[in-house]
Amino acid sequence: MTSKEPVIYNDDIVKFFTIATCFWGVVGMLAGVFIALQMVFPDLNIEPYLSFGRLRPLHTSAVIFAFGGNALFATSYYIVQRTCGVRLWNDQLSFFTFWGYQLFIVIAALGYVLGVTQGKEYAEPEWYADLWLTVVWVAYLAVFFMTIVKRKEPHLYVANWFFLSFILTTAVLHIGNNLVIPVEFLGAKSYSVPGGVQSAMIQWWYGHNAVGFFLTTGFLGMMYYFIPKRAERPVYSYRLSIVHFWSLIFIYIWAGPHHLHYTALPEWAQTLGMTFSIMLWMPSWGGMINGMMTLSGAWDKLRKDPVIQFMVVALAFYGMATFEGPLLSIRTVNALSHYTDWTIGHVHAGALGWNGFITFGCLYYLVPKLWGREEVYSLKLVSVHLWIATLGIVLYISAMWVSGIMQGLMWRSYDDMGFLNYSFVETVMAMKPFYAIRALGGTLFLAGSIIMCYNFYRTIRGDVAPNEVDKEGNPRQAVSAAQTRKAVAS
Amino acid sequence: MSWMDRHVFLERNSLALMIGIVVVVLIGGIIEVVPLFRQETVIEPVEGMRPYTPLELTGYNIYIREGCYNCHSQHIRPLRDEVTRYGHYSLAAESMYDHPFQWGSKRTGPDLSRVGGKYSDAWQVAHMIEPRDVVPESIMPSYEFMMKKGVNFHKIDKHLKALRRIGVPYSEDMIKNAKNDLKVQAYGSDRADTSGLEERYGETVNARDFDGQPNIISEMDAIVAYLQVLGTMVDFETLPKVESK
Repeated sequence: MTSKEPVIYNDDIVKFFTIATCFWGVVGMLAGVFIALQMVFPDLNIEPYLSFGRLRPLHTSAVIFAFGGNALFATSYYIVQRTCGVRLWNDQLSFFTFWGYQLFIVIAALGYVLGVTQGKEYAEPEWYADLWLTVVWVAYLAVFFMTIVKRKEPHLYVANWFFLSFILTTAVLHIGNNLVIPVEFLGAKSYSVPGGVQSAMIQWWYGHNAVGFFLTTGFLGMMYYFIPKRAERPVYSYRLSIVHFWSLIFIYIWAGPHHLHYTALPEWAQTLGMTFSIMLWMPSWGGMINGMMTLSGAWDKLRKDPVIQFMVVALAFYGMATFEGPLLSIRTVNALSHYTDWTIGHVHAGALGWNGFITFGCLYYLVPKLWGREEVYSLKLVSVHLWIATLGIVLYISAMWVSGIMQGLMWRSYDDMGFLNYSFVETVMAMKPFYAIRALGGTLFLAGSIIMCYNFYRTIRGDVAPNEVDKEGNPRQAVSAAQTRKAVAS
Repeated sequence: MSWMDRHVFLERNSLALMIGIVVVVLIGGIIEVVPLFRQETVIEPVEGMRPYTPLELTGYNIYIREGCYNCHSQHIRPLRDEVTRYGHYSLAAESMYDHPFQWGSKRTGPDLSRVGGKYSDAWQVAHMIEPRDVVPESIMPSYEFMMKKGVNFHKIDKHLKALRRIGVPYSEDMIKNAKNDLKVQAYGSDRADTSGLEERYGETVNARDFDGQPNIISEMDAIVAYLQVLGTMVDFETLPKVESK
């Protein structure tokens, strides 16, 4: 760093987003557990407001945009300040992005429950919420970009490339997929300008790249800062990060049509989608390898540090999900998997395993730093969280593999006479036990998150669990809030 | 390596990096999306496709509002078992008036693209009120409230107008008579003059008291009218036979 004066970072904004991440994480996962239980016990559908059809968008939006989105805000604001060596640009505007984004989440969620939706997956909020999000997003880009512009470091760290591509591309996707015509100015209802085939293509160009740029490049940005930090090692390969960054963002955008195999979408578009999805395997694994290998020379940390364990398991799930994805995008595999729970299992391998775990790992690093603690309240509870959540994911994914493949095979099963073997409802009956296992897996994952919140609550209070030791193996002492204030003041 | 030295330019010049990112992510989308608006072969015209009647459109909007697409697809793939189970595979033209499409991505329940006419109105109503009364193993939510909730049709002409602006061929006549057409379709030919409705939307249009409650035009009327028209517009007997894959 070249400047002589110490930089005072804006960490208050990061604290706000961190707490929001924890809050919305629990809300979103709770909604997930509830709708999972609705599939086992249909009487839990409380019409009209709390039926599965209205709550499922609530769940997906809460975990992707509320939990994931707040995590991205928190980490990007934290990282950009430290890697650029300057305070975040414009305190007022950064706080506007906080309250503006929370308001968007609340408007969207209320809409779903009241039945206001565009009916496009992961893009359900109606036009007025979309316009508001656009305003917030432009403010986000301004804060992030202006911080980069006035940086003291001449070189832009790799995590920021990923964040920049996430912010920019999300804006392009959001605007492109929400071209609608409102029925009237004072009404919520709108109609999508493209219809039929075109609306399908645009929706999945958006939908798959919400995964690609919101849930992948953004979270890779987190990974590229926090893994080297926690492992105290430099990023494994600078060259690999350049190659996989550009190839990832170039290839990802093509992959959408694999959601539309065997449909009325022209076959050339389906084939392009499939081809690029298979190619995507390599840049995806480029990121995984770069993250994993960053631990070279520090592998002992993987044994000792549950926070590193979270990050490494996240990369393992990322690698697994980005292998499974190309597999499912192959047309003949997709013939079996499409419309079944296999897709749901695949998504949750990525969402719970990759996005969830990398977020947890980053938060466990971030919270003690932000509140001036040496370490979280209890590393043992971090371990408990890790194992209970991993068990939850394993139950979830394997239940969905079995039910998805089973249902796909039952649908296409014939008897000797050439008649279909199973009526539709027989396949529904067969899936019931797996739906119950899935709900159990989700509950375990939720329980882990609640343990994390408790751990953070005690960390922020300054408590230290009994028998916790520092890096030198000495017992750690609890700090009172007054002591922290004194330490910060001096 | 020389190309890595050149990459340093992007790492030190944030505006260039930003422009580079936008250009790189636009390429794929443009190549895949733009031709769909230019190619005449994307949607081959078929006989029989017409815009939804005002009552059916109301049902379509209820279908979206309730998130039915989360569990039901409306797209039959050209695979042997799907054609056997659901009927002729879906054509592009069949969803051309859906803004947006309702193809779905998950079949927790069966595909609905050809559910029209498959069950009686009474079955549909009973199933919507309590799915487990007619299919004991069903896990679908119940929608009894639709029986009591009246359709708010005072602005239905505005919906038709909005759709016309984005290319759905609603005529001036259809927009002018939208409210009346909606009522007439839910009253049925026994209680109202359906000739205007039939003139505008074709003789095969279903006009009857769908929910069996003559005193109210309920949301149940609308959703059942919508379900009963799904997949019935195109007469597949008249189309040339194509082998499924």
